[in-house]
This record gives sequence, C-alpha cells and structure tokens, in this order.
Amino acid sequence: MKLLALLPFAALLAGCDFVVLAPAGDVAAQQRDLVIISTALMLVIVLPVMALTVFFAWRYRQSNTQAPYEPEWDHSTQLELVIWSAPLLIIICLGALTWMGTHLLDPYRTLGRIDTGRPIAAKDTPLNVEVVALDWKWLFIYPDYGVATVNELAAPVDRPIRFRTTASSVMNSFYIPALAGQIYAMPGMETKLHAVSNHEGTFRGFSANYSGAGFSGMHFEFKSLSASNFDKWIASAKASSNMLGRTDYLQLERPSENVPVRLYGSVDRDLYKAILNLCVEPGKMCMSEMTAIDAKGGLGREGLNNTLPLTYDKYARRGAPLGNEPTFVAGICSMDEIKDAPAREVFAPLDMTPLRGVGLKRPPFSPVHPSSTSLLLGQRPKSES
Amino acid sequence: MFDNPELVKMIFGRLNLDALPLHEPILVGTFAMVATGGLALFAIVTYFRLWTYLWREWFTSVDHKRIGIMYMILGIVMLLRGFADALMMRLQQAIAFGGSEGYLPAHHYDQVFTAHGVIMIFFVAMPLVTGLMNYVMPLQIGARDVSFPFLNNFSFWMTVGGAVLVMMSLFIGEFARTGWLAYPPLSNIGYSPDVGVDYYIWGLQVAGVGTTLSGINLICTIVKLRAPGMTMMRMPVFTWTALCTNVLIVASFPVLTAVLVLLSLDRYVGTNFFTNDFGGNPMMYVNLIWIWGHPEVYILVLPAFGIFSEVTATFSGKRLFGYTSMVYATVVITILSYLVWLHHFFTMGSGASVNSFFGITTMIISIPTGAKMFNWLFTMYRGRIRFELPMMWTVAFMLTFVIGGMTGVLLAVPPADFVLHNSLFLVAHFHNVIIGGVLFGLFAGINYWFPKAFGFRLDPFWGKLSFWFWVSGFYFAFMPLYVLGLMGVTRRLRVFDDPSLQIWFVIAAFGALLIFLGIISMLVQFAVSILRREQLKDVTGDPWNARTLEWATSSPPPAYNFAFTPVVYDNDAWWDMKRRGYRRPLAGFRPIHMPSNTGTGIVLAGLATAMGFGLIWYIWWLAAVSFIALLAVAIGHTFNYHRDFDIPADRVGQVEDARTRLLAAGAQS
Repeated sequence: MKLLALLPFAALLAGCDFVVLAPAGDVAAQQRDLVIISTALMLVIVLPVMALTVFFAWRYRQSNTQAPYEPEWDHSTQLELVIWSAPLLIIICLGALTWMGTHLLDPYRTLGRIDTGRPIAAKDTPLNVEVVALDWKWLFIYPDYGVATVNELAAPVDRPIRFRTTASSVMNSFYIPALAGQIYAMPGMETKLHAVSNHEGTFRGFSANYSGAGFSGMHFEFKSLSASNFDKWIASAKASSNMLGRTDYLQLERPSENVPVRLYGSVDRDLYKAILNLCVEPGKMCMSEMTAIDAKGGLGREGLNNTLPLTYDKYARRGAPLGNEPTFVAGICSMDEIKDAPAREVFAPLDMTPLRGVGLKRPPFSPVHPSSTSLLLGQRPKSES
Repeated sequence: MFDNPELVKMIFGRLNLDALPLHEPILVGTFAMVATGGLALFAIVTYFRLWTYLWREWFTSVDHKRIGIMYMILGIVMLLRGFADALMMRLQQAIAFGGSEGYLPAHHYDQVFTAHGVIMIFFVAMPLVTGLMNYVMPLQIGARDVSFPFLNNFSFWMTVGGAVLVMMSLFIGEFARTGWLAYPPLSNIGYSPDVGVDYYIWGLQVAGVGTTLSGINLICTIVKLRAPGMTMMRMPVFTWTALCTNVLIVASFPVLTAVLVLLSLDRYVGTNFFTNDFGGNPMMYVNLIWIWGHPEVYILVLPAFGIFSEVTATFSGKRLFGYTSMVYATVVITILSYLVWLHHFFTMGSGASVNSFFGITTMIISIPTGAKMFNWLFTMYRGRIRFELPMMWTVAFMLTFVIGGMTGVLLAVPPADFVLHNSLFLVAHFHNVIIGGVLFGLFAGINYWFPKAFGFRLDPFWGKLSFWFWVSGFYFAFMPLYVLGLMGVTRRLRVFDDPSLQIWFVIAAFGALLIFLGIISMLVQFAVSILRREQLKDVTGDPWNARTLEWATSSPPPAYNFAFTPVVYDNDAWWDMKRRGYRRPLAGFRPIHMPSNTGTGIVLAGLATAMGFGLIWYIWWLAAVSFIALLAVAIGHTFNYHRDFDIPADRVGQVEDARTRLLAAGAQS
C-alpha cells in the first residue's frame, strides 16, 4: 500500500528531464558517473547509520524495559576504532577517486576520447569557440569561421570543442548541463573548457552565477548538429549581413535583457582578445600590452599617470562619492619602439613640455606640483575631449 | 532651505523622498503592518509602564542570562523576517512560469534572496547560537557571569544595531541585489551604485564587531572561569563546542571585517582591490570571503553538535559515549574548517591539483563528523530513551543531517561540483545541513533549556505539532530542490520557461507553507506555555534528570548563578553530585561580588548604527558626529567607577531560603 502511495511521485520523476543524470556529452557523462559512484560509496555508510538510528531509537525507548540498560557504559576501544576507521576507509576510496577524477576531468585538459571506446584521432581537430558573458546575454565567436552569434551556440556531434571564456563586466558561469560542467566567466580573465557532444539535439545553456537584473533571461540554445548540418549552420551565419566590429560590440555590450538570437556574418578577428584585455574602446591600451611594457621595465614615473587604459568600471561616471578623478594616458610609443629600446633602462624625459597623444594632454610631471590637490600624485589634468 | 541643492545634499546626503518605496505596494503593506505592530507594542509597554523596568532590568543588564534571552528574542524576531523572504521567493518561483513574470520584479526579487541569506545567517542563526552559548555555557562551567559582562551587553547591542540597519533598508532605500556574499565586481560601485550594498556592508560591520567581541569574551570565560576541578577534559561537550566555535569566530570574523573594509574602500574612495580596473582582482574577494565563510558554517553547527551531545546523554539516561573522541573530533573539525574554503568555487579554474587538495580536505572533515554521529548513536545504545521534544529534534537531526552530509561530500568531488555548483541541488544541500543541523539543534536546545531559563517547561502538544510541521515541511521544501538541481536548474532564477519544472516548485512552496505552520505552532507553543506556566512549572531546577552543572541551580537561576561555586569531580558534574548524595548548603553564605548594569553598551551601539546610517547615505556630518561621540562615550565609560557591587550575604540567604522552601514544597506534592 505504501508503495502505491509513492506511485504518483514515481510518475512525476519519470516525466522529468534529468539532464545532469542523462547528458549528451562524454564529459558530462563521466561527471555523472562520478556523482553516482560517490553517492553509492557514501550510501555504504549512510544507510546503516540511518537504519541503526531508527533501530536504536525504537529498541532503547523508555517503555521497552526488556532492552539492556547500561548507564555507565561510555567507552569501547574496539568500537571507537570502528567508528573512526569506517568513515576513514570510505574517504580514502573517495579521495583516490577524487584525485583521479579531478585530473582526468580538468576542464583545461584537452580531451582524450570522443566517448567510451573512441579515443581522439588526428583528424579530430577541435572546434574553437570564444565565449563572452555580456550583461545579460552570451556572445559566441567562432574564430575558425569568422562568424559570431548571440545567444545561440552550435557544434558538430563528436568533434571536440575548445571553449575560451571571459566576461565583459561581472562574473557569470558558463554552463550547458547536457554537454559538460560549468566554468566561471570572469572579466579580464580567461578560463578554458573542453567538451564534446555525442548526440544531436537542442539543449539548454545558461549562466549559473547570478549577475544582476537580467540574469533569469540569460540563457541560450546549444545545438548539437551533424557535421553537414553544422556546415549549413555556419553558411547561414556567414550569409548574415551583420558585422561585429568594435563599435558594434560596444553597442552590444550595453545591458539588455532577454535578447533574441542574432548571427554575425563577419567578426573583428581581434575582438575577443580586446575584450579579454579590457581594451575594446578605441585609444585604450590593452592589459597584455601593459604587462609587456612592465616586463620590459615599465614606463618609469610617467607610467604613474598612465591610468586611462586601466579604467574600465568607470567610477566617477557611476557616482563614487569620493573616488579619484580619472587620469589619462600621456601618449605612448609603439610596441616596436619599445622592443628596440634598451631593456631595463628608464630615462628621464628630456623635454618637460606636454606631449600629445591620442588627443590627450600629457600630465605635468613633477612629484609635488605647486597647485597640487591630491596628496599622492599631484593635480590631475582634465581631458580635452 | 530646499531651494539650495548643495545645502540639502550636505544635510541629507543622497537621502531623499524617492528613497521611500511608496511605489511598491508590498512594501507599503509590510510597513503598515510593522508600524501597527510596533505602535501596539509601544502602547502596551507604555500602558503597563514597563519602559523603566525594561531599561533597568534588561536593556542595560550585564547578566549573561538576560543577554542570552535577548539574543534569542532577536533571533526569533529576525527569523520571521527571513522566513517571510523565503515564502516570497517560493511563491515567485512557483508561479513565474509560461510567460508569467510572477509578482516580483527583478529589482525586488533580487533584494529578497539577498536579504534572506544575510538575515538567516547573521541575524537568525548567529544570535540564536550566541544566545544559547551566552545563557548556558557560564552555568555549565559553574561561573557567576562571563569574563567581561559589560562587553557582553555591548556585543549584543552591536548585533541589534546591525539588524536594525538591515531592517531599515526595507523601508528606507533598498537592500543589496548581489546575493548574500556580495561578490564583486557586481557589488562594486560601478555595477551597484545604490545604497543596497552599503546597507549590507555597514549592517555586517556593526554586527561583526559584536560577534568578534562576544567571541573573545566567551573564550576568556571558558578558559579562566571554570569551577575548581573542571579540567579541560571534564568540560561538558556543549562548552567544548562553544570554545571551538568562539575560537573560530575570533580567527575568522576579522577576515570578514577586513574584506568588507576593502570593499568599502573600493566603493567609497575609489581604491581598486576588487575592481576590473587598475589590476584589481575580484577573485581575491571571493577567496577572502570564503576564508571567513567556511569557518562560519562550523561556527553555526558546532554548538548544535554540542546541544545534541547534551540532549542525547540526558534523554538516554547514560553517559555520553566516547567523550574524548567527541572532543578531539570537535577540535579536528575546528582546524580543518580553515583548509577547505576553495570548495566554494572549484569552477573558478584553479587547476586540478588545487581543486583535488581542497576537495579531499573537505571530505576529511566528514570523518570526525561521522565519528560524532556514531558517538550519539552509541550513546543511545543500551540507554533508556525518553522521547521528549529535545530528543525528538535530535533523532530528526540524525536522520536528516546524514543526507545533507552525504550531498555535501558529493559536492566536494570537484568534477561532480562542476555539474551541481550553484544549482538548486546546492541550495538543497546547505539548507539540509543548516536547517537539519543548526536549526534542529537550536530547537532541541530551546526546548531543553527553556525550563532552566523560565522555571516552566514548554508545552509539549504545540511543540510536537511544530516539530512535525517543521520536519515534514523541510522534506517537502527541499527534496524537490535536489530533484531540480539534477534537472540542471540553477539558483536565484526569477522566471522559468520549462513548464515541466513547475510542479516541483509548487511542492517546494507547499513545504515552505508547512514550515510556516511550524513557526506559527512554535509561537503558539511559547504563548500557551506562558499561559499554562503553573501546570508546566518545575521547582526542582532539574526537570529532565540531567547531567551537567546548569541543572544544579534553581530555575530560573538567581542573578549570581551559584551561591557557592561547585567543585567538579567528573565530566557529568551534576550527575556525579546527585549520585554522591549532594546536599545544598543552607547556611554560611557570603556576600557575592557582581558587575553593575550600565547603559553604555546600548548608547555605543546606537551611535555606531547612526554612523553606519550616515555612511550609507553619505550624510558625512552624521557619520563624523556619531564617530566622535562614539569615541567620547567609550572613553567616558572608562571613568565610570560604579562598575560592581556586592550582594549582601543575608540577601543571598533569603534567595536560597526561598528555594529551600520551594524544593521542600515540591518534594511533598
């Protein structure tokens, strides 16, 4: 009778799509296997504990005077050994499993197989996809094909996919449960994820980390297609007259919710790199360039004022009460000049008159400016633009 | 005056009439209810002329027992607020399907889930845990009070100050829309320019001062004020867990304070610790906040473990099985809790070796926890178990917590975490351990120690009703979330489009409704118990035939706790005293040296709250004035030389004689 009462629940469970337990990709399937094996391993100890709890609670109830009562019994070395070693043994097994599983399923690691029984062959060149989490939509760039999409991802079945992931402003998490586990998408940083899909179909992908007002609408369709259908899909994307250049991106980057699918027939080749390095806006120096300059010894004292390239969250414009005024790049020589310059030597500027660069004034260079208003850096000049 | 915008800005900062949520009918309704309730309470207190009594006997009290009770009241009041948020979320998620937007816009919903998390952890679980430790621990070690009674009062009012700031955000301005840990860059000024995150920061900072100071105070009390003969290895297990919890508090809350200071520097003066700009790194915040956040979990659950240990031994009528291994398990958990924080963000891309290190350390914690579970189990073995309410909660805990522990270890396997992280499975897991562990423990503790605090038991009928509503409500509310997590549903979503999910959210909402009935039953239980206090009365001071020292004195205990400090020969000190035929001394009382009440704590906390309010709204003059006043009052208090008094010996004698008569009357009837 009790089993009958459970029937509606069983029916409910049967009607559901347990995507985590029945994924379409090999990586997610291996992760599912780990979920199930570790659960089974733990049930070995959890079920006896639950059964014993119920049994002891019933057997040693006050009204059962038949049961033995030993109020002073509080120690048994044998039992202590068992109760410490039983969980220990389970954890040793689980720990070994974890160590192996974590290394094998490291999202940064290239795939070793297409699915059980099919190791990677030389012909299985991975599909590169660059993923950008925007406020609040997903941008996918296919560098191999020169196309991009918003809120739609397609990939051929049984071909490894190499995702590189970043975000434009706040943190998100890139997750397609049917394909593979998630990975954070963080601004100014890149994470990687390797995956492969083994079944055709349309699956759901979304952000798994809350990122603000439009978060609920930040999902997309992942289309797992046959090779020929994928080529058709790429062709249809190529046929689109939409272009994704830097200015288009800056427009796209602005917060918007529940954005419909959009295809871009062509895309700026360096766009992803620029997004990752927080330098899509024209005139901004990229983080990668800065680190390269720093690696060469830096710009010396002048570098202190070179802060426009570093400004991204736009404090003053967003209303910080006491925040510093934005300061500006003074002008910068090209990378070639830096390469030719003698390494690790910094020269004082010969000419103290302001230089001009990218339409901006060079800040006055002296440690304590006569009309200084800031304790640290001296007065900061305003932009002309 | 209002014609001069500069002047208005100087006086009111960014506070203006738009900050009042007049356009949100839900909030206007809530405000009406709160205001009516508040006015009614004010009227009652005024009518019965209770203000002076409350001020003299409670608000300014430095008695650890009264402060403990006030902590409990704070926790229960805030539970109502936190739970209202939970109901709103469950309702929204149950109806926002098939194109329906539900009834909460993102602006409101995102505040609700943030407030729910913050309130439940900081202003429900923490005050309840601290309250029980405050009340019970000094009695258990045979002390007269805590080491620093004034500090205790001050700590309590700082916690209230933080709660007041968070509650204020409901009606003045708004609360954070960032999730309960306020990860940057979302919580930085660029993406959250409003007052919400500032309410969050200052609410937690003000309350955090209280928590840290209270931690120092309780450690000191346990280390220095134990009764003669009570060596460390004779301390009751609850006192041991209180010690470990407070060590955790003192070692981890400064990290929270520091990380919030860095975040506020980012927000207020334009530094770049956690921004995308200027080489800031938001992930540093995530690391730092979890270096506090993971120990916080153990701060909450360790005292609950202590409560279960006391309750199991008492109601099984048996010594606790494996006291020594219980103590070592607690200490091991304390240390290990610092080595696991990264398991909250395996998906950040830390690399396999780092992830497996933190995954495995997390699993190792389950070994001492498992040992504890077995210890309780073997305490029940060959006992005579009385299924009073505290024991019922304990058995419910043992059955529920192992499920939560199991899913927790599962989430510690990094590849498994990749598919379950941030999902409703995770939400189900931590509610499983926090409700099934911490809250059930607190309810066991409340039912267990209530007769000690008030001299009468809690009504068992309403208590059982509340128990069954809570336990069944918990399973109905959270088992569907495990299911949804396996269906790949992530947390904090406001609307859904897959209609097959709806039924699970409806079941979860039904579970929340059952829990609501559980909370109502608990409130009714308190009311009914107060009305029936004559029938439920306990004059012995030891209604459960318990084992530890707090049951040696009267219920409620006199202000000085023990007329003579007891001498301890066994870890179940009171059980041992009873067995050896202990007789209460009836004469030879001496004056007892006690601390005096002071209003400084409440004044300081009020000023700190005002300063927080000033900083939140950029009312700089208010912040500056209250900060200076804060310093002045604190320094002024050092010149207060009326800090202590002696209870005369004949007064002690009168109190003890009254108890002797009561005990005699009780023995006759």
